[in-house]
Amino acid sequence: RAVESQIEGQCAPVDSLWRRYSEFELLRNYLSVTYPHIVVPPLPEKRADFVWHKLSADNMDPDFVERRRMGLENFLLRVASHPVLCQDKIFHSFLTQEGGWKEMVNETGFQLKADSRLKALNATFRVKNPDKRFTELKHYSDELQSVISHLLRVRARVADRLYGVYKVHGNYGRVFSEWSAIEKEMGDGLQSAGHHMDVYAASIDDILEEEEHYADQLKEYLFYAEALRAVCRKHELMQYDLEMAAQDLTSKKQQCEELATGTVRTFSLKGMTSKLFGQETPEQREAKIKVLEEQIQEGEEQLKSKNLEGRDFVKSAWADIERFKEQKNHDLKEALISYAVMQISMCKKGIQVWTNAKECFSKM
Amino acid sequence: MEAEDWVPGPPLPAGGEGPGADSQPAAGVPGTAGGPLLAAAAAEVLALDDEEDDLEVFSKDTSLAEVNSFSPSMPISPSSMTNQYKLEDGPELRDLFITVDDPESHITAIETFITYRVVTKTSRGEFDSSEYEVRRRYQDFLWLKSKLEEAHPTLIIPPLPEKFIIKGMVERFSDEFIETRRKALHKFLNRIADHPTLTFNEDFKIFLTAQAWELSSHKKQGPGLLSRMGQTVRAVASSVRGAVKNRPGMFTEMNDYMETFSQKINVLDKIAHRIYKEERDYFNEMKEYGPIHTLWSASEEDLADSLKGIANCIDRCCKATEKRMAGLSENLLPILHEYILYSEILMGVLKRRDQIQGELDSKVDALANKKTEKDLLSEEIGKLEDKVERANNALRADWDRWKQNMQCDMRSTFTHVAENNLHYYEE
Repeated sequence: RAVESQIEGQCAPVDSLWRRYSEFELLRNYLSVTYPHIVVPPLPEKRADFVWHKLSADNMDPDFVERRRMGLENFLLRVASHPVLCQDKIFHSFLTQEGGWKEMVNETGFQLKADSRLKALNATFRVKNPDKRFTELKHYSDELQSVISHLLRVRARVADRLYGVYKVHGNYGRVFSEWSAIEKEMGDGLQSAGHHMDVYAASIDDILEEEEHYADQLKEYLFYAEALRAVCRKHELMQYDLEMAAQDLTSKKQQCEELATGTVRTFSLKGMTSKLFGQETPEQREAKIKVLEEQIQEGEEQLKSKNLEGRDFVKSAWADIERFKEQKNHDLKEALISYAVMQISMCKKGIQVWTNAKECFSKM
Repeated sequence: MEAEDWVPGPPLPAGGEGPGADSQPAAGVPGTAGGPLLAAAAAEVLALDDEEDDLEVFSKDTSLAEVNSFSPSMPISPSSMTNQYKLEDGPELRDLFITVDDPESHITAIETFITYRVVTKTSRGEFDSSEYEVRRRYQDFLWLKSKLEEAHPTLIIPPLPEKFIIKGMVERFSDEFIETRRKALHKFLNRIADHPTLTFNEDFKIFLTAQAWELSSHKKQGPGLLSRMGQTVRAVASSVRGAVKNRPGMFTEMNDYMETFSQKINVLDKIAHRIYKEERDYFNEMKEYGPIHTLWSASEEDLADSLKGIANCIDRCCKATEKRMAGLSENLLPILHEYILYSEILMGVLKRRDQIQGELDSKVDALANKKTEKDLLSEEIGKLEDKVERANNALRADWDRWKQNMQCDMRSTFTHVAENNLHYYEE
């Protein structure tokens, strides 16, 4: 289900319009297909994942919607700050053009490319000479995905437990207050201590909400890992294409040679049949050779362009990957730091509450 | 006049045998014999001094030593009549030091049991020597307790650790269980030692000093099973009679108080257990949290150090949490438990007092004399209950303070850890 989101146009004159989540998805798909060598920023999650029990997994929950809104805004910011992506026209019109945007996207015909890509990506194939760097990168992205999702899961459980610890202390508040009713000297001390217990129990809500923000930052990179992986796969695909083309060319050349020289170098059905049923006429052979030569010509050109394409891809992909790496390191470092800061503040609050409680108790 | 052999507080020569060869089944009525004896006892050196409580628990809980809420401004009990207490001079009032340690298990053909070493150091004259070391088993403690209860039905006898834990969390002979029990026994004896009346009880003395065989032979001299049964029957009977009739307001208040208190304590105990459980669950989850970061740092270059730093900190948080849990289970939980037992004891005491009153009332036509003694007794009880209640409060203040200390420490640890963290990868 979609969520409405309001965007403020950045590089366009005054603009704010409404977009659904599905339109964001469309935009992203378009970008992924059009710029296969770029690590395209990911969208925030569609459904709430990695939730701890108090947080609702309901997509309509206002907190979730708000966090998603921030995630979408973040997505757009990332695209806008990307040196290549920000210049894309479709992206611009996403920000500025209210109606007819969808049609415009579809007109680019990217969908066809998308479909074929999708098919290819999902197929399994072996690349003979894989680029080591890309292979390593793919491994890395797999590891990153698995580690972050594990971390998020455990964090959710830890948050759950911590919530429990804090909340149970709230019971103290109630009992202390009831107890203070029957005490003479201890009454006041108990009462105020109880109050502090209540404060303590209530403080966990804010703390955990802040932590959600941290979780969201990690989640972004979880999805980024997916995007990274996609780039690697696309490269693999290209490589495979290339290899197939080269292979094809080689075999054609071989065929040509065979026909021309009449020798059968490798075992082939043609060879067998011709042995068995007699060879073709010279004319037929000539015709065949001509066809083949044309094809070889074509093939060589194709191969050249594919090679070029490949090299370009690799170059630009690596540029973007380097950019991505830096961005990732920077962002994650910041996220970790802010997490630590959060923990510190949580502890400071705890110290304060318990110091107060301690004072109350000592006055009992 | 019933010549009841009331076991007096101070070791008058007559009382050397313990409650009794010739005790009569009417244990409810203290009898005239008890009255004057008790008054006499009161006149003796019974310290009602503030400082005594400093040393109330001679144990590892050093924090309790700070207690001093036995202010002279206690609510005036009508005990002023009997209050001829002489204040002991000097702060070293403690003349009886007891420790319980060194549990050992003994295996016989019939059973296996644990004995504890009870070491007593004293400077009191009535003790033949100044140091004693004996071994006692749980049954011996039970015996002592029941003797004290018999002798002083309306005094508050400290609670003994239970026979077994019903929750089944702990094995009967596990180290944890034995240690918990040992601590409780230690407290038990020390509380008795600090009690102005109980401390001079003859059975107590024998418990502390007699050799094993002496003790068993002494035990056999107790009132027969039959007489004890008689007591119980009477007790039930009198409670059925609705002994609440002439109860002075003070005791009604106490009763109400105790009921509420008992309720609250039970709830607190539940809460504390629940907190412990939640913390343990939290700890278990945290244990996994740290290593993930370490794992992650293995795939990263720039971030590796930061991640390792975090993993480190999380592990330290774990340890801190462990400490916190240990603190809870060593301090808070046992004390809460103790006061639960106390509340039961106190309810019992109040009931008995009511019984006594009931008995008295039913003979009210007779002896004004008796009534006076009864008043004495009531007042005595009243005063003592006040005292224990204050002990209550004092202890509460302390354990709470201690607990907070502990929590605070945990929190500071967390903070330090987090700060280190921060410095770590702000570099």
